Amino acid sequence: MEKLLGTDTVKRGMAQMQKGGVIMDVVNAEQAKIAEASGAVAVMALERVPSDIRAAGGVARMADPRIVEEVIEAVSIPVMAKARIGHIVEARVLEAMGVDYIDESEVLTPADEEFHLLKSDFTVPFVCGCRDLGEAARRIGEGASMLRTKGEPGTGNIVEAVRHIRKVNAQIRKVTLMSDDELMTEAKHLGAPYDVLKEIKKLGKLPVVNFAAGGVATPADAALMMELGADGVFVGSGVFKSESPEKFASAIVQATTYYNDYDLIAKLSKELGTAMKGIDISTLKQEERMQDRGW
Amino acid sequence: MVEMRIGVLALQGAVEEHIEQIESLGAKAVPIKKPDELNSIDGLILPGGESTTMRRLIDRYHFLIPLQEFAAMQKPIFGTCAGMVLLAKEIADTESSHLGLMDIVVKRNAFGRQRESFEVQIEVAGFEERIPAVFIRAPYIDKASEKVEVLAQYEGHIVAARQGNLLVSSFHPELTSDTRFLQLFIDMVSQCNVVETVS
Repeated sequence: MEKLLGTDTVKRGMAQMQKGGVIMDVVNAEQAKIAEASGAVAVMALERVPSDIRAAGGVARMADPRIVEEVIEAVSIPVMAKARIGHIVEARVLEAMGVDYIDESEVLTPADEEFHLLKSDFTVPFVCGCRDLGEAARRIGEGASMLRTKGEPGTGNIVEAVRHIRKVNAQIRKVTLMSDDELMTEAKHLGAPYDVLKEIKKLGKLPVVNFAAGGVATPADAALMMELGADGVFVGSGVFKSESPEKFASAIVQATTYYNDYDLIAKLSKELGTAMKGIDISTLKQEERMQDRGW
Repeated sequence: MVEMRIGVLALQGAVEEHIEQIESLGAKAVPIKKPDELNSIDGLILPGGESTTMRRLIDRYHFLIPLQEFAAMQKPIFGTCAGMVLLAKEIADTESSHLGLMDIVVKRNAFGRQRESFEVQIEVAGFEERIPAVFIRAPYIDKASEKVEVLAQYEGHIVAARQGNLLVSSFHPELTSDTRFLQLFIDMVSQCNVVETVS
C-alpha cells in the first residue's frame, strides 16, 4: 500500500490527539507563546477574538495571512485558523499556508447562506460548530473531522454551550436506543444524513471528537463542559480578555485535565483576577446571535 | 495468574483509544492522573497528544521523578508519538528534553505539518506481515545509540525502536484495529513480571 494523505483516519486522528486539551484563540505571536507555555494543545490564529468581532461589527473575514504566518512561526503546537462558512477560497488559502486545522466558523460573517464547504475535498481537516445532532451529522456528512458546540461566541456566558452539548448528547442517547426501522424517520426529523446517523447508532457516540466552545470564561466553565461529556475545550475571548491571561490560561488547562477534582478547581480559581465581562444572551438582538449562522 | 495492569498516562491525548485496545487484549487498563497511581501498574503507555502540554502537567503535578523511578524499576513503558518525544534523551533543535530515558535523538513534527500526515503499511522487525501505521504530525528518531534496537524504518528514518524496557513508535497503533504492536508491549510486560517472580 502506498502512502495515503488526508484520509479520515489521519484527519479525525489529529483531533483525537487533542482530546483532554484546551485550544486557545490568539491574535499574534506573543499571545500564541503565552498559550503554548500555559499548556494549550493548539492555538486558533485570528485577527480579533470573538468579543472584539462583536464590538467591531462589519464583515468578519479570514485573518490576515501575516498573522497566521507569524503564529505558525512562533509555536510548535498545531495552528488552527477560521474560514467563513462556505468560503472555498479562504479555506484553500489557509490549507496552502500549512494551517493544521480549519474552523469553518459562524464567528465570521458567512460567505454562503445556503451551503457549507465540502470538507471531504480537502487534505487539511476541518472543525465545525453544532447545536444539535442534525447539524452535527450534516457537518460530518460534508467531511468535518471534528465538531464543537457553537455556544454563543464572545459572550463569556456558558449557557448556550451547555444547551448545545446536552442537546447533542441527549439526541445521541435517543438514537442509540432506537430500533433500526425507526432510524430513517428520525433522520428526516433531525435533518441528518441517514448513513451518518446509522454510524452514530452503531458506535453509541459521534464518530469524531466533539469539543466545547462558545462562552468558556473560567476554569469551572471548562470543567463543567468536560463533566457534560465534551472531549476538550476551545477558549476564545476567555483567556486574553481576562485580567491575567497567563493565570487564566494555565488554570483552564489544569481544570480541563482534572475536571472532577473540585478541591483543585477551587484552588485554581483563587487569585485569578477578574474573568472577562460577560453578556446576558437575552440582551442580544437576533442578528447578533452568531449561533444561528449555519445551515 | 494475577491480571496484568497497564496504565495510560491520562493528562491529555488519545487515552481512551489505548484503553480500549488494552482491554481488547485481556489486560486491565488504568488511566493514570496522579503519580501515586503508578504504584498499581505493571507497565505504562505514554499516549499521543501534545508533548508540550503533557510536560507542563508532568511538572505541575510532580510526575517527573516518579516516572523516572518507574522506568528505573525496569517496568516497561511504551511511548507513541508524543510519548516518544517524552522518552527521548535528546530532542533535535532544542536544548531541553523531558523524561530523558531513551538513548535516541527525536525530531518533532519531522514528516511535516498536518497536511503532510499520512497512513501507510510498514514492516516491523519480527512481524510476518506489514502493519498499518498512522503518522500524525509525527516525530522520527534522528539518531539512536547502539543500545537501541531498531524495529521499523520509513523513508530511511527510524519510526519504531526498543531499548530494554522502553518501546517507542512514531505512529499510532491505537488508531487502527491491528493490535500486533500493542501485543509486543504486552509481551514485554509479561516477561518483566516473570523475571520479577523468579528473582
